[in-house]
Amino acid sequence: MKRTRPLSHDPALYRRATADAFRKLAPRVLARNPVMFVVGAGSLLTTAAFLHDLALDGWSARAAFGGQISLWLWATVLFANFAEALAEGRGKAQADTLRNARRDTPAFRLRDGGTTEEVSASALVPADLVVVKAGQVIPADGTVVEGAAAVDESAITGESAPVVRESGGDRSAVTGGTTVLSDRLVIRVTQEPGKSFLDRMIALVEGAERQKTPNEIALNILLAGLTLVFLLAVVTLKPFALFHGANVSVVVLIALLVCLIPTTIGGLLAAIGIAGMDRLLRRNVLAMSGRAVEAAGDVDVLLLDKTGTITLGNRMAADFAPLDGVDRAELVHAALLASSGDETPEGRSIVELARAQGGEAEGHGDHAHHGDARRIPFTAQTRMSGIDLPGRQLRKGAADAVLAWVDGLDLPGETGMENQRAARRDEAHRLADAIATQGGTPLVVACSASGVLGVIHLKDVVKPGMRDRFERIRAMGIRTVMITGDNRLTAKAIAAEAGVDDFLAEAKPEDKLHLIVDLQKGGRLVAMSGDGTNDAPALAQSDVGLVMNTGTQAAREAGNMIDLDSDPTKLIEIVEIGKQLLITRGALTTFSVSNDVAKYFAIIPALFAASLPQLGALDLMRLTSPESAVLSAVIFNALIIVALIPLALRGVRYRPRGTAHALRANLLVYGLGGLVAPFVGIKCIDLLITALGLV
Amino acid sequence: MTPRDYLQLALFLGILAAVSPPLGRYIHRVLEGGRTWLHPLLGPVERLIYAAAGVDPTRDHTWQRYAACVLGFTLTGFCLTFGVLLFQDVLPLNPQNFPAPSWDLALNTAVSFVTNTNWQAYGGETAMSHLSQTVALTYQNFVSAAVGMAACMAVARGIARAEAQGIGNFWTDLVRATLYVLLPLCVPGALLLAGQGMVQTFAASFTAVTPEGATQTIAVGPVASQVIIKMLGTNGGGFFNANAAHPFENPTAVSNFIQMLAIFLLPSALVFTLGTAVRRPRHAWTVWGVMAGVFLAGVLLTAHFEYRGTPAMAQAGAATTAPSASIAAPGVSPTPASMPASTPPPVPNMEGKEVRFGVFASSLFATITTDASCGAVNAMHDSLTPLGGLVTLLNMQLGEIIFGGVGSGLYGMVLFIILTVFLAGLMVGRTPDYLGKRIEGREVTLAVAALLLPALPLLGFTALAAVGWGPQALANAGAHGFSELLYAYSSASQNNGSAFAGLAANSPAFNLTTAAAMLIGRFGVMLPMLAVAGSLAARRPRPITDASFPVEGATFALLLTAVILIVGALTYLPALSLGPIVEHLQMLEGRLY
Repeated sequence: MKRTRPLSHDPALYRRATADAFRKLAPRVLARNPVMFVVGAGSLLTTAAFLHDLALDGWSARAAFGGQISLWLWATVLFANFAEALAEGRGKAQADTLRNARRDTPAFRLRDGGTTEEVSASALVPADLVVVKAGQVIPADGTVVEGAAAVDESAITGESAPVVRESGGDRSAVTGGTTVLSDRLVIRVTQEPGKSFLDRMIALVEGAERQKTPNEIALNILLAGLTLVFLLAVVTLKPFALFHGANVSVVVLIALLVCLIPTTIGGLLAAIGIAGMDRLLRRNVLAMSGRAVEAAGDVDVLLLDKTGTITLGNRMAADFAPLDGVDRAELVHAALLASSGDETPEGRSIVELARAQGGEAEGHGDHAHHGDARRIPFTAQTRMSGIDLPGRQLRKGAADAVLAWVDGLDLPGETGMENQRAARRDEAHRLADAIATQGGTPLVVACSASGVLGVIHLKDVVKPGMRDRFERIRAMGIRTVMITGDNRLTAKAIAAEAGVDDFLAEAKPEDKLHLIVDLQKGGRLVAMSGDGTNDAPALAQSDVGLVMNTGTQAAREAGNMIDLDSDPTKLIEIVEIGKQLLITRGALTTFSVSNDVAKYFAIIPALFAASLPQLGALDLMRLTSPESAVLSAVIFNALIIVALIPLALRGVRYRPRGTAHALRANLLVYGLGGLVAPFVGIKCIDLLITALGLV
Repeated sequence: MTPRDYLQLALFLGILAAVSPPLGRYIHRVLEGGRTWLHPLLGPVERLIYAAAGVDPTRDHTWQRYAACVLGFTLTGFCLTFGVLLFQDVLPLNPQNFPAPSWDLALNTAVSFVTNTNWQAYGGETAMSHLSQTVALTYQNFVSAAVGMAACMAVARGIARAEAQGIGNFWTDLVRATLYVLLPLCVPGALLLAGQGMVQTFAASFTAVTPEGATQTIAVGPVASQVIIKMLGTNGGGFFNANAAHPFENPTAVSNFIQMLAIFLLPSALVFTLGTAVRRPRHAWTVWGVMAGVFLAGVLLTAHFEYRGTPAMAQAGAATTAPSASIAAPGVSPTPASMPASTPPPVPNMEGKEVRFGVFASSLFATITTDASCGAVNAMHDSLTPLGGLVTLLNMQLGEIIFGGVGSGLYGMVLFIILTVFLAGLMVGRTPDYLGKRIEGREVTLAVAALLLPALPLLGFTALAAVGWGPQALANAGAHGFSELLYAYSSASQNNGSAFAGLAANSPAFNLTTAAAMLIGRFGVMLPMLAVAGSLAARRPRPITDASFPVEGATFALLLTAVILIVGALTYLPALSLGPIVEHLQMLEGRLY
């Protein structure tokens, strides 16, 4: 059911990211990230100091130290750039694939006279009508106005099974770049030239239009603020040292600054955001903005359509309930016959159930040799289907429709039957109500000879596993509301069976919009999925609006996410991805800040090793020498970025559980872990570089 | 620490915890315009003030308007105080005929009192006339505390209100805080202190002849009335230069205890004012618990280091008490040669302490006065052991939020709560909110500004002074001298006002830079926090559910404590390591200043 695009381990991806890491050293690009900009500036300064030392006294221990520090500071910037480039890389690779689908195809524009003319796809403007035949590529986004066809949309969705597109209804939207496999479609173009869905998709996955999300901006401000605080703390150290008659090395001061400012989260922040969008993309969800992904993590209420989301699309026959005095087998047989002309899924499910219950045996398969039987198909007007056999007619359908039909019959019988018929009517009503109370739909079966026979129980079948999923959503503190056109009783029963928190029954499309507005007035964020044109206002109003790719053009414009698989339950995964994105940001920020404590204990004693040797007592890690202490801290600071790239791209493991529990667990891992890890890491690096004789 | 010390500490915290919630609720009621039993008496006075000042008490101010009123009121107060000080030689109530202070000292003092700092670059009894002490300084002790309380209430309203434009009316907040909170507490408080033997007179100093026959000028004045508000208002500016170590300003152990309680009373109660405003008493207790926890750690550390004294004191002590020690422990052979090798028993550090109060009451007072931005002292902080001094320094540098100044302590704490919620709140998978109010770029920007602004003069001026005007003003060299400098600018920037002493602070360079530091420290936090209040008030709150970030309970308390300590430590550890930390390490090596 869940299909994800495989994680690419293409070496080309890494080659490209490496090249991009250097390209992103351009000051204009670097300036977008205040933390890394400071590291870049620091690297320049230490490099200058190194070259100055080199020019003055040639290769010396001092120059070697300065050179290594410079090297690792540059590496810090490059690692951060690499993380961002790697996160972007997957999207870029996918954009390249999509570009191949955007060939300039010939289009056959329909002229007034009914003839076609061949034009370039790029010449099409909205409201143009084009004809696309089997084997041709659809030249532009549009709405099918005539015909039905199987369309291969794999260029966009990656799904090779063709989908049906037809005029009218909710499956009328087609996307430029997809291929018609059968039949012929007439399409009204809806896109401006160069602004196709494919173009938008390319821009989105490539990150060309990527803007920082509100939370990302806020976090960036905090990181910039912390950078300023540390800049102040480090810059003032120079005069403080002078007061003590000590002269501290500028290289070490810069090393201290870089170690203290939040480089870990600063270097990975952009990658985390891009990777979040990418995780959605791998689940075939296209987010129109990073803001939408963030909002998904914040959602308080999920609005889910009953049909197709919570339940399987169709009701299925579950049981037969004969009236008092009617033989059950007779009812089953009559239901089978009356449904034989009903091609709706409900009708077919009745036939299946009746057969399974041996309905055919009764009457010796008589309908097979009733050559003169007339089948009456189900229509929305009559709300009945049936069969006319010689001597009797059978009907099955909505309770009120069938009962009205029975009343209209001129039934044979003596006087006094009136009361009996009324009693049977009442019983039929009672049975029907009982079924409705349980969330089912009653269909009444009647015979022209003997009146009402019984009731068929049609049931909404809740998709397997929905209860568990709702349980998980509840654990995240999110409320689920089921939206249905059913009456209250039915809705209540299904809501209870599926385990949703609340339901909106007898809902009209505008009710959905009102519900969203009301929830938002209470300060809640609302997510919903939809596909039809009448969903468009609600989709536009909701904070996260997931549109099915099969949806209409209007719906696709209104939502802020598109599910290329058209699976409405994916909303749940989207919320999880949104939460995961925010948690990853918080966890790495906490980790980054807690790291600083250890670095102080490494660098401060080293800084004053010559002038205030007593501060050596602070060197808890007992590092080899002042130089090795500073170098170890800087190396740790750079390598931790690389070490955390997989976590940033994959996201922190997210398990739905109580807020307090999640907070405690994450604090333990990333807060306490962040305090301890650098003590161990710096000590190990110190041992290693000492063994290698680097200092 | 002795059992009696623990008892005193438990009594102190117990009384504080008992009286704070009802007082906090009372403050909330009066500031929100509710009626109390004082209204029949003070209501007409309140209405008279509004009528006379032309204030419409029903008007709600936006944060901009509120901030403008605060600034306007403070500027007016500054001009008044500055003027009285500058012309005190020609103004009445000057029985000693004190000359006017220099313009930079007058400016420094005026800034100091309007910012609730009470940094004193002068000796009160030898520089200030009675008019200056009462009209200029005591008046500011009242209103600067009331301004803090008002701003704090405005911030609480910002958090509590939903989709609102305003955050309250500054003028009514100011008048009500003074009339219904400060005055009713001060009148019985002053009488209580006077009852303990504290001086209260408008008479001039008199001359006494000591037993040795020398003459001594005994300064007196309206002490009790100024002392009670200097404590309740966390002002700290003493009538006498020796502040609460002076027998006329702190005559007994009881007056010492009352003064300590008075310092924490309003900052502690205001926590519950916030809790009442947002209808979350558990949140208030959590915040109070964080304050109490950091406070306790500070007290215990300071007392520990003061009781342990220094190796030099232990050596000296060992030399004088060695014979009795050998009697007490007959098994130990009293060979003189072994004495220096073994560690002598610790001798408590009594240097700079009043014998009347001893080690513990002095350590407790030192912690309280630096936790709250009070700055009154009953012992010389300069003479604390290096690590005892470190606690007082760090207390101030954390931002005066461990109870903190009246009002300023709590809105400073809200700043840290916002930072904590933002830093850690993401870890529950939602964009962070504080009590339903989303924390976004604007709030983070303002919080970062409020965090950075006091650090700027604190570290910046210390750095400039360290290589500029500092060294020649210092009594001590090396690490201790550096601590004195760092203490001065920490005290000024965080509006504490206490001095490490050992620093000749009355020079234009010190007067002007500390004045700038005090202004930045006061308004660099207050104005951004008022802006935060305005922005939060306008927000539509999201309902608080199980999925919200929990701002109550042990996890949040630990988290908030960690953020306060880590952010504070990360910012100031380099400076502290060159002051008290290295001094301590050098002391262990036998190097003294």
